[in-house]
Amino acid sequence: MRRRHLAAVALCALLVSACGGPGRQAVAGAGSSPRPAAPSGVVTVFAAASLTDAFQAAGRRFEQANPGVEVVLNLASSSTLATQIVAGAPADVFASADRAQMDAVANAGLVTGGPTDFARNRLQIAVEAGNPRQVTGLDDLARDDLTVVLAADAVPAGEYARAALDAQDIDVSPASLEPDVRAVLARVAMGEADAGIVYASDIAAAGGDVIGVPIPAEQNVAAVYPIATLVDAPNPDVADAFVAFVTSGAGAAVLTDAGFAAP
Amino acid sequence: MGWLGLVAVGLLLLPLLALVVNTPWGRLGELLTDATVRAALRLSLVTSLAALLLSTLLGVPLAWLLARREFPGKTLLRALAVLPMVLPPVVGGVALLLAFGRRGLVGQPLDALTGITLPFSVAGVVLAETFVAMPFLVVTVEAGLRSLDRRYEDVAATLGASRWLAFRRVTVPLLRPSLAAGMALCWARALGEFGATITFAGNLPGRTQTMPLAVFLELERDADAAILLSLILLAVSVVVLVALRGRYLGGG
Repeated sequence: MRRRHLAAVALCALLVSACGGPGRQAVAGAGSSPRPAAPSGVVTVFAAASLTDAFQAAGRRFEQANPGVEVVLNLASSSTLATQIVAGAPADVFASADRAQMDAVANAGLVTGGPTDFARNRLQIAVEAGNPRQVTGLDDLARDDLTVVLAADAVPAGEYARAALDAQDIDVSPASLEPDVRAVLARVAMGEADAGIVYASDIAAAGGDVIGVPIPAEQNVAAVYPIATLVDAPNPDVADAFVAFVTSGAGAAVLTDAGFAAP
Repeated sequence: MGWLGLVAVGLLLLPLLALVVNTPWGRLGELLTDATVRAALRLSLVTSLAALLLSTLLGVPLAWLLARREFPGKTLLRALAVLPMVLPPVVGGVALLLAFGRRGLVGQPLDALTGITLPFSVAGVVLAETFVAMPFLVVTVEAGLRSLDRRYEDVAATLGASRWLAFRRVTVPLLRPSLAAGMALCWARALGEFGATITFAGNLPGRTQTMPLAVFLELERDADAAILLSLILLAVSVVVLVALRGRYLGGG
């Protein structure tokens, strides 16, 4: 009986220690003279799914420039992330694909630094390489013989897509409403859907399976991406440093490489 | 030991209590008449019952094979039959796409010959739910068959009953508790299926958006609707478990 109790206590202790993060911040400045400590520790960044490649690259650059820092990314649709943050998820930084989701977080009083617009994006139609179904523009998406997928209405990519379609009075019956924009891309890449509306940056990240059919500027929407640090950030100093990096020239270069435009 | 058990009860009970406490009782009428909610309820009911029917039609013979026949590769077959129970549902969905998707092993010829595609359809939802839920029925019914006293069937045979008649009039009534338990578990699992459904069949209100998918997506738009749907699913699960009254996997 005694041994089992000990095992249970040990297990609990292990679980509790595995949860802890704050302890790592004590590393910086230990034993050195009092000067501003270099950013260190874990920074948790909640970023829109369309920022996957851009922020993975940005995270690596930031870690290289700041040894001792670890960037942890939580990538999902901005609407999912906003819901998580408002429900109390511990995040340092939130980078959203539209202002609406950032506003949702700001209205809950959870934004402290920002928001700052750091990138723009445009929509494109994703089709299989070679464009076998000969999709030339938004009008084609109303065709009966095409299987079209969009992001769900609450997701920024879905909202932007609907806005673009409604502005042109195009009636699309999507076969599925995906939980984030990368899922739309995946459907096209796998050949399950003939076309989907994604961001230009997603096409850039897609590799050989998918190409983008451009949407002319007058039919397109300008997606504005804001970034902000959050009120209950576990690591506010590194959070500020990360946002400063993203909004700097170095960050802009990473974003441009990934297919984004300047804010 | 007792206090660990209490912790376990707390872990299981507290989330469910939180769900009940946060239910928007005042908006119940409005939400139950909301088009998205009703579509999800109706679709879930139709597809889960269809999946149950398919699982029973296919699962009982499979359970019979596993319980009563010896053949090479039987161990492998049993492992395969149980596999969807331990497979992460999204993985199941991906596997279904690779088999039955538009470019799938079976899906591509199917599309080429008949123009039928399973993803993004109600049939696709039923297929996904059957894939994850059938093993529950197979396992329970197989255990039930194993525990039957075969002498009753032998006696029926000596009295001149054909194998099919003996099965219908002797085996099935004896099997009823295990069959009922298997069907209840199968149906509950099909009703709650999410990962394989959203990956294989996609998500479209009215056609493929079952209740679990609606909860996932409505959570961002209308949290109250999501909580209400969750409560309905919870209530159904409780009813099933109470009806089973302790007769879980393994029958009897």
